[in-house]
Amino acid sequence: MAKKVALLQGNEACAHGALYAGAKFFGGYPITPSTEVAEVLSIELPKVGGKFIQMEDEIAAMASIIGASLTGAKVITATSGPGVSLKQELIGYACIAEVPCVIINVMRGGPSTGMPTGPGQSDVMQARWGTHGDHAAIALVPASCQEIFTETVRAFNLAEKYRMPVQVLYDEIVGHMRERIVFPEPGELEVIDRAKPTVPPEQYKPYDTSFGDVPPLAAFGSEYRFHVTGLNKAQDGFPTTKAEYVDAEERRQISKVENEKARADIESNEEYLTEDAEVLIFAYGSTSRSARYAVNELRKEGIKAGLFRPITLWPFPEKRVALLGKQVKAIIVPEMNLGQMNLEVERVVKGTCPVISIGRVDGEPLNPGQIIAQVKEVK
Amino acid sequence: MAKRIEIRFSGAGGQGLITAGIILAEAASIIEGKHAVQSQSYGPEARGGASKSEVIISDAPIDYPKATIVDACLAMTQESADKYANGIKAGGVLLLDSDFVSREPQGDFKTYKFPITRTAKEEIGREIVANVVALGAVVALTEVVSREAGEQAVLAKVPEAFLELNKKAYNLGYDKVKELLK
Repeated sequence: MAKKVALLQGNEACAHGALYAGAKFFGGYPITPSTEVAEVLSIELPKVGGKFIQMEDEIAAMASIIGASLTGAKVITATSGPGVSLKQELIGYACIAEVPCVIINVMRGGPSTGMPTGPGQSDVMQARWGTHGDHAAIALVPASCQEIFTETVRAFNLAEKYRMPVQVLYDEIVGHMRERIVFPEPGELEVIDRAKPTVPPEQYKPYDTSFGDVPPLAAFGSEYRFHVTGLNKAQDGFPTTKAEYVDAEERRQISKVENEKARADIESNEEYLTEDAEVLIFAYGSTSRSARYAVNELRKEGIKAGLFRPITLWPFPEKRVALLGKQVKAIIVPEMNLGQMNLEVERVVKGTCPVISIGRVDGEPLNPGQIIAQVKEVK
Repeated sequence: MAKRIEIRFSGAGGQGLITAGIILAEAASIIEGKHAVQSQSYGPEARGGASKSEVIISDAPIDYPKATIVDACLAMTQESADKYANGIKAGGVLLLDSDFVSREPQGDFKTYKFPITRTAKEEIGREIVANVVALGAVVALTEVVSREAGEQAVLAKVPEAFLELNKKAYNLGYDKVKELLK
């Protein structure tokens, strides 16, 4: 039988990806330009036995998904930059308490209320360091409607597998444009559920590292009872200030994402004509589409341009970008902010090549012409 | 390289031109299996003021999703003609509602016009289908999708009670332009 296809907005594709992944709870507060995610889920979640709640604000929305996740459900919220700002304290809570959850950020201009209907990419550093304290972060940056579907599924998988918040960031352009989506059949994409305890309730500890870097998570409401707190805690979940516990726990919560094996599992990139590239464009989200257009135009003129497109933005693809930095004459970083990922590229190439930022924050798309002009200046 | 065709629908917010763009993108990508991206103006101006919808169609995957140089542009009102009938490529086409656009945009492109909204009102009996008349006209003018694919996409979009009305509107727009092209 032919697969189901539809012309969908990026935001609609996100909602359908969440359903495919098995989401059972959405708690949110409407905000431009993300609202269609909530709109679709408000219709579809009840049909699959899920719950949709419009909370009183963004903070409560984040609290609601943490609570729902602790009952064993796969959870999601969708918002934009101002909403993510409000959620930050609780994102940190989900990090330290190790609660799986998916946060969609459809990026608009900022800071503050900024430009609600204009596209932006200015929340990429917020996704890494928005909440206080040392912590790991996973952020995915899809660039097409189909990819929003698959990356939303992957966000759920990573949240469940690594027991932590995962953010999916895409700009208003990709969120609101429509493209054909081919719906994957059930079973076609991998769907991961969190590890459940294998020990009897009386032996269960929510942070028991004898099961590995990511301890199994029991569900509230089941026969398992445990303590959850935002304080530094021992393996039994109760607060502690003992130096050796605190240090070990902090380090584990970062290394569970940043160790070699986890990085290989989480990182995802696309490279286009990088083999012989002399000028590399590092671009993500809708800007990567402008960059690909630019690469094609430049190649017609005999200029060896290539594109590196991170699909996982955090953890940052350090090794590959550092290697490319040694190969090319320059790396150009176009983004709809004033040079946020440019800083990260600079950090990892360590001066082996110039890193040039193209920033755009006027609410207009960063177009191929701007990138072409900048590449031509390199020589 | 694959041919990339860019089409812009513009008019007053609420006239259904975003819907017209969506239907064209569905005709191209769902029915004909090509690649298509549809986007629209977004923001306070989308209600009442000038509004636009852009559709990019190609045989190959589409990278930049916004218009670069427009092959065909539709303007249903003076305001939308002033604001959006630009960036049309040399040899491209502009289609106007002649009742509402008196100051015609000038450039190195061919302009076609007929009273689109009045045609919907007088010949179909419903002004509300002016967007579907316009869609038929754009398909006839550009042949970016087949007449049949366009019709099929229209019929897939509208409620059953309005199938005949919209079918008539689409074909009327198509035939009007084919006459202009004779």
